[in-house]
Amino acid sequence: MMAFFNSDLGIVILTLLKSLALIVPLLIGVAYLTYAERKVMGAIQLRKGPNVVGPFGLAQPFADALKMMFKETIIPAGSDRVLFIMAPMITFGLAVIAWAVIPVNDGWAIANINVGILYLLAISSLGVYGIIIAGWASNSKYAFLGALRSAAQMVSYEVSMGFVIVTVLICVGSLNLNDIVMAQQHIWFAIPLFPMFVIFFISGLAETNRAPFDLAEGDTEIVAGFFVEYSAMSFALFFLGEYANMILISATTTVLFLGGWLSPLPFAPFTWVPGVFWFLIKLFACLFVFIWVRATLPRYRYDQLMTLGWKVFLPISLGYLVLVAGVLEVFGWLPNV
Amino acid sequence: MRLDRMARELLLAEIVSGMALTIRAFFKPKATLNYPFEKNPISPRFKGEHALRRYPNGEERCIACKLCEAVCPAQAITIEAEPRDDGSRRTTRYDIDMTKCIYCGLCEEACPVDAIVEGPNFEFATETREELLYNKAKLLANGDRWEPELAKRLELDAPYR
Repeated sequence: MMAFFNSDLGIVILTLLKSLALIVPLLIGVAYLTYAERKVMGAIQLRKGPNVVGPFGLAQPFADALKMMFKETIIPAGSDRVLFIMAPMITFGLAVIAWAVIPVNDGWAIANINVGILYLLAISSLGVYGIIIAGWASNSKYAFLGALRSAAQMVSYEVSMGFVIVTVLICVGSLNLNDIVMAQQHIWFAIPLFPMFVIFFISGLAETNRAPFDLAEGDTEIVAGFFVEYSAMSFALFFLGEYANMILISATTTVLFLGGWLSPLPFAPFTWVPGVFWFLIKLFACLFVFIWVRATLPRYRYDQLMTLGWKVFLPISLGYLVLVAGVLEVFGWLPNV
Repeated sequence: MRLDRMARELLLAEIVSGMALTIRAFFKPKATLNYPFEKNPISPRFKGEHALRRYPNGEERCIACKLCEAVCPAQAITIEAEPRDDGSRRTTRYDIDMTKCIYCGLCEEACPVDAIVEGPNFEFATETREELLYNKAKLLANGDRWEPELAKRLELDAPYR
């Protein structure tokens, strides 16, 4: 059996099985994230949220999915049909593909590549394409405006996000996500790099087009932004893509700053619990904050968004990067590479 | 002062206090009323579905004075009347177009014999428009169905009339 899994075909099959084992819980997680969002936002607004379909409304995501599937996919007359259909697939596909390198437990990544963090950055940059293509192919002014906003926003915040990641990298001395987590055995990076942690999280909000940076959707000004013209499953794919991206950003935050699968305290009763559990707890905490922020803050104005990205986050992250690099160099704490 | 403001902004003071407010709301009891299963209490003055009442001996109250028809601002009421065989004046036709009615309650106020009243029922949605064109039979049936509550209502509201 082991020999088979070491052959070429065996590796392909094993990888497929691993991907399946990751993607199925991920998709269920995405479905239940929509439910969690409605419940949490409801609770914050003194409502109960969905509670009719199934016990506590737990079957709601499936009811929604069924509804979406039975609706008609409307393709606008003036649209570019091929691109119009492709755009949601790109968005959703990219949100799922990025998960290949996320280590859920020690060495549990599907692809434990040594440039994991670069791969993540690359994939999250590609996410712009799905949105731009959707806005362009819809041939609608609102969709186009939303796509332009979204593209500018994601590009701007990627810059400061990049500096934050570089700061983490000089503390670790490796681009491998597994190594990044293992470097946090003594102290999670969220503590010494707290400002970077906050900047990364806020940039993550902007990167996933979530409130308070959901200008790309901007219901009050541009109806629904880049996906105005989408309906049924093509809309559902955008929707799922957004939530999958939220989970991805939360997972990235967990890996980079919250010590991944490591237990909060490195001794007996905590270390008995499997790492996946800690990883999920941290993931859920991040996702809760995502929803919490959405229920609290109003949408930013576009110029405020750009000011925040370029005039606040960029100088702070750049300054902190230099500071961290200087401290590590002066005290000789640079990791051995 | 500028420095003070800058420090507050950098430490996200406003955002943190806002988040604290929302997380407190998160744990508060919810205001949701689980509607079809739970309902709000209704005032005795609630103006819902119309009903024509009867006297306890079964005689209908309406004497076809047409005050309600005259006062109705939406002109939703149509009444035709002629003397009955025993000589008393009664309606032969009493229609309310519920799609025209604005539920102002003026018909109820105009009625000298408390015959036409608006009851506590507000769940009378129908699937066709025609079902909302109420005739005398439907209104009398409503009166029979809701009489205990209608009487209670009138009694509770009597001091204020």
